[in-house]
Amino acid sequence: MSLLEVKQVSKRFGGLTANQDVSFSVEAAQVVGLIGPNGAGKTTMFNCVAGYYVPSAGSILLDGKDIAGLPPEACARAGVGRTFQIARTFTSMTACENVMTAAMLRQHNVRKARAAAMQWLAFANLARFADRPAASMTISEQRRLAVVRALAIEPKILLMDEVMAGLNPSEVREAVEVVLKIRDRGIACLIVEHVLEGIMPIADKIVVLERGAKIAEGTPHEVSNDPAVITAYLGD
Amino acid sequence: MKNIFFAVVALAFALGLPGVVDSSHLNTVILVLMAAQLGVAWNVVGGYAGQVSLGHAAFYGLGAYTSTLLLLKFGVNPWVGMLAGGAVAALLSLAFGWSCFRLKGHYFAMATIAVAELVQIFFTEWDYGGGAVGLYVPMDKQGLLWMNFATKLPYYWLALGLLLLTLAANWWIERSYLGYYFRAIKDEPDAARSIGVNIARYKQVALSVSAFFTAMGGSLYAQKELYIDPNSVLSTALSVKMALVAILGGVGTLLGPVAGAVILTSIEEFSRMAFGGSGRGTDVIIYASLIIGVAVFYPTGVLGWWQGFKSRRLARADASRQMAAHATSVAGKEVV
Repeated sequence: MSLLEVKQVSKRFGGLTANQDVSFSVEAAQVVGLIGPNGAGKTTMFNCVAGYYVPSAGSILLDGKDIAGLPPEACARAGVGRTFQIARTFTSMTACENVMTAAMLRQHNVRKARAAAMQWLAFANLARFADRPAASMTISEQRRLAVVRALAIEPKILLMDEVMAGLNPSEVREAVEVVLKIRDRGIACLIVEHVLEGIMPIADKIVVLERGAKIAEGTPHEVSNDPAVITAYLGD
Repeated sequence: MKNIFFAVVALAFALGLPGVVDSSHLNTVILVLMAAQLGVAWNVVGGYAGQVSLGHAAFYGLGAYTSTLLLLKFGVNPWVGMLAGGAVAALLSLAFGWSCFRLKGHYFAMATIAVAELVQIFFTEWDYGGGAVGLYVPMDKQGLLWMNFATKLPYYWLALGLLLLTLAANWWIERSYLGYYFRAIKDEPDAARSIGVNIARYKQVALSVSAFFTAMGGSLYAQKELYIDPNSVLSTALSVKMALVAILGGVGTLLGPVAGAVILTSIEEFSRMAFGGSGRGTDVIIYASLIIGVAVFYPTGVLGWWQGFKSRRLARADASRQMAAHATSVAGKEVV
């Protein structure tokens, strides 16, 4: 049984079909890239898995339990962590408090949450920012903070929405390192990404969406040689 | 350490104050304490959780009416009535939350006005509850047990005690997981959900706690003034004042509302002295200008401004130290 199984999920907004019969799976400790041109329905897929949208059809199984249609907070409790395209850090808090708030999902004790948060900050090389206001950090640092915050809920799978967009090459390298460290802790990563240089070398599997439907699935090598994918990206 | 020292000084000041002010000024001080308590209570939902309510007079009035009706009609002790009022207000807050939390930001604020107006209309029309004429609190039983006194001084201690109780509750909330959840909801509700915060539930928790303490303030008001009517305990102007006390002082800070209450009540009393007893209109004009002024120039309130002032001064001191250090090092090189 896979960790995450997306089965024939469709999402329609009125007359617009954002996802059409999409199926794929993610194994434990696997890095899976979800790619596709603009408007392919990647973020919609994400929002269905994380509980922000209710799928119009299909089921989403996490560890065999159907989480489709559950609200985001229930998905988080079940083990789905996520980040957003913009960092959405809690700007009135310090970096440490951001992560503490997430750690409180597993335990309400503030002191213990702080200890857990400090460990997670150290994990992503953010310990030196612990007492800095989140609002004072750079975009790249805030994105990493958002990843750490999502990790602090102790997810089984982490959904990352364009964590590498707009980063310079050295920041992309840092982000890639963090993803690999997350995977090494046994947490699966599902990554929506436009920066293919960032995702291709580290993904175990790539799922390609176009106009809401899955057009290819396989290793990065298989996918990048798939004629349908090349057509989708470059046109006929 | 500095905070403990500050708290001790403030407490000593509060304990010594009745000894030095005369009775007419003592009443003003009591009004400050009561306004501060309401601002602190409002701050739980409006400040920490960021859900700006302009309908809190409904909770206040419910507290005042519950304890007064229980005492008047059933002879129930006002202390019990005060707790009952808190409970009734917390119960009403469920209806408030259910109907208003579907809306966000300004729309939430407007919906709270509407619900509070409904409550006011209900009490104006409800004959058993005194209708538009209002209710007199009986004075036949006096003393601490019946929260009823012929002099002002005991009310000072009651108001101070209730303020400290409300501050203690806020202090605890601020430091517990609830405080973190409330701030997360205020900052980024979508992100808060992604880390497992049930925002509907925690907004409601904030509102219920806030309603409870606001209602206790209402019961105290009834016992002090010995007369309540819909206009004095349920008016929208009162709701605005509670919000303004907190906003002026600094939303989401423990002591901001206390600072706000001192400033606002002083203005109120000043305008009453300067423009006579019918100064109600001038109050409103000054409130309105204050809202605009705070929103434009100091969105973080008086306390926020003070903290900013302190950190700016620190930064300046830092910068000048660095400049000095740089100057010496340059001078040193020239000598070499």
